[in-house]
Amino acid sequence: MIDWSGYIGLILEGALVTIQLTLMGSALAIVVAFAAGLGRLSRFTGVRALATTYIEFFRGTSIFVQLFWAYFVLPFAGITLTPLQAGVLALGLNVGAYGAEVVRGAVKAIGREQREACIALNLTRYQAMRHIILPQALPLMLPTFGNNAIELLKGTAVVSLISLTDMTFQAQVVRAQTGNTLIPFATILVLYFVMAWLISLGMRWLERRVSRGLDGVRA
Amino acid sequence: MEWDWEFVRQIMPTLIEGLQITILATILGAAVAAVIGLLFAILRMVAPAPIARATSFAVEFIRGTPLLVQLYFIFYVLPDIGIRLPALLAGVIGLGIHYGTYAAEVYRAGIENVPRGQWEAARATNLTARQTWIHVILPQAIPPMIPALANYLIAMFKETPLLSAITVLELMNQAKSIANSNYRYIEPMTLVGVFFLIMSLISVFFLRWLEERYARVDER
Repeated sequence: MIDWSGYIGLILEGALVTIQLTLMGSALAIVVAFAAGLGRLSRFTGVRALATTYIEFFRGTSIFVQLFWAYFVLPFAGITLTPLQAGVLALGLNVGAYGAEVVRGAVKAIGREQREACIALNLTRYQAMRHIILPQALPLMLPTFGNNAIELLKGTAVVSLISLTDMTFQAQVVRAQTGNTLIPFATILVLYFVMAWLISLGMRWLERRVSRGLDGVRA
Repeated sequence: MEWDWEFVRQIMPTLIEGLQITILATILGAAVAAVIGLLFAILRMVAPAPIARATSFAVEFIRGTPLLVQLYFIFYVLPDIGIRLPALLAGVIGLGIHYGTYAAEVYRAGIENVPRGQWEAARATNLTARQTWIHVILPQAIPPMIPALANYLIAMFKETPLLSAITVLELMNQAKSIANSNYRYIEPMTLVGVFFLIMSLISVFFLRWLEERYARVDER
């Protein structure tokens, strides 16, 4: 009889790594998404081109290829990353590229009259963005950000292939040691699903929170 | 370590071989996804309530869990209950089911977007259910779906490297084995990236064309 408590403990340890990766990856993704998303709306052609190149590149190749590239090729350029760093970097940049398009779409969705009002009130570009455009654009972004966060969570499974001991990796370890396949894989499937569900709950809460006071503004 | 064009030329045939498997897996996976998506969409719309709810839950579950783990599940768990699948078939089924859940949403949105008046008009002109679907509803529902479906096709194409984890010898796996046996990672990994980038850039242009041709103005 196999003692499952130890193996479940191993998987839960992996779950912590998965959560850590998801949080760190999301943090990087948000920063990058705003930088690149607003970059695409910049006045300067150079900034726009740079942001567009970044977005197209990271959306054009898969997270898997990017991760392997970060982990195996960057060392030859003198940048050696730990698996965790490579994972966070690849996940953050990949999902950030998708997020950038969301930011751009939401900012562009804010009506012309709002921008004209900003000009009429003599706000600087920064003030207009910070106080008028972004507070209205944020609620538009959140639902898609929620989906992106779930995509990122699902992407973390790939890091197991560069030997980072996340949930999927631990499940493979358990499979190798016990020979049982159903229990480890069913367990992590359920755990991933619960995490995804928590993310969408959290996002719904956040959505209510940021759209507070905007009832009259948007149709 | 320097970039070596000679090595590139040497490994190109192997990579092209892998690329063929990648494309094959994408096409088969897309076919499976198209059928399974339709099945999910119909079950959710017309099946009795308990089945519809169970389907909805299944769709949510599949969408909330990583494709990689689902592939492991199909490849490692199913043999225990006597279903032994070749790696490529397991991969195609995994891709198909995963992206089928996304396709189901597209189908549902497409069908629901056909105005009620069309259904009523079909009934008023005494069309049968079959005639209604084939001549009235589907011709209006399908064109707007095409860009969204093509979008998922591209997404699926980019996910095919995951199949290397269940030993399918596609592009990524070929590159990995080249890299491991030659201790050179720069060329194979970069080339894989370049291949994917080229293919997706081409498909992005194709998608733009599809959107212009079929999509209505509204975003989905």
